[in-house]
Amino acid sequence: MPVEVRVPSVLRALVAGARMVEGRGATVSQLIDDLERRYPGMRGRLLSASGELYQFVNIYINDEDIRFLRQLETPVAEGDVISILPALAGGG
Amino acid sequence: MAKSKNPSVLTPEQILRYSRHIIMPQVGGLGQKRLIASRVLLVGAGGLGSPTAMYLAAAGVGTIGLVDGDVVDLSNLQRQLLHDTDDVGRPKVDSARERLQGLNPEVEVVGHQVMLTSENIMEIIADYDIVVNGADNFPTRYLVNDACYFARKPLVDGSILLFEGQATVFLPGKGCYRCLYPAPPPPGAVPSCAEAGVFGALCATIGSVQATETIKLILGIGEPLAGRLLLYDALAMDFRMLRYRRDPKCPVCGDAPTITRLIDYEAFCGMPTPVAVAH
Repeated sequence: MPVEVRVPSVLRALVAGARMVEGRGATVSQLIDDLERRYPGMRGRLLSASGELYQFVNIYINDEDIRFLRQLETPVAEGDVISILPALAGGG
Repeated sequence: MAKSKNPSVLTPEQILRYSRHIIMPQVGGLGQKRLIASRVLLVGAGGLGSPTAMYLAAAGVGTIGLVDGDVVDLSNLQRQLLHDTDDVGRPKVDSARERLQGLNPEVEVVGHQVMLTSENIMEIIADYDIVVNGADNFPTRYLVNDACYFARKPLVDGSILLFEGQATVFLPGKGCYRCLYPAPPPPGAVPSCAEAGVFGALCATIGSVQATETIKLILGIGEPLAGRLLLYDALAMDFRMLRYRRDPKCPVCGDAPTITRLIDYEAFCGMPTPVAVAH
């Protein structure tokens, strides 16, 4: 079942400018694999070479950080909204 | 050290100037006196610092400190409303002081025309009740976060890029920036405003949230934005909240901190590594 993935500005070039895309997967990890198939390069912006989520990127399911759930193995259910949130530094 | 302002009685002029706040029960004369006695430090007198400083000055915050080592550049004027065209080339703290005191001569504006480092930040923030972060780079963000936690100062945080903004409040014990992002990204992983661009009016949206949260903390009213991250997407005109909490494994405010001293990250070249460590 597809879920909605909200794409931050800094990653929209990978998804032809879309603010939201669909993704599928039973877990966040599977969802990222699915996104990589549809939008090559996406995984490398989220996961390090060893397969861990970069420290400067957070992923939320609805409004909860997956680091407080089951990290990349957090289950994804129909109707969930996944948000990708990289650190922003701009203030000027 | 700047003297504190602590009026026991509001003057008739103050009562008139701040009347639109005083008549609201959440403020009142008592709240207005609290604002006048408060001391707020803004890191950055630029895109976020501009609207924040202006609303704090308008509200009568008695002492506003501004940390900014830059001079005004023409490219700033697309969004940094503290400065005028005639100010190009002048130190930002000077033009900011003129703007803020023109708006409200009662406000004492303390300019800190420096770059924040591990050597000076603890002394600078010691003088203030609340710190507001409008910095435009990761090393300063982490430095300000860590220093505020060590000094137990509330930190009103905001950030912007392209058409998006974020804001939150870090209260000691309720999470800090490193609970969200434990370490800075490598240079190049996230662009700066100069590289990617930033929508001008975005500054006002996030800056006014920061001013609002600062004033709420001073007055002790409403629900602070602590434990919640406000996300703003200007193109979609979409506001969302995400939750966060203190991470027990946070390197600064967790149960077993691994970072107990301030770090000056390299702002340029290679991976961020500590170059100077001082307490």
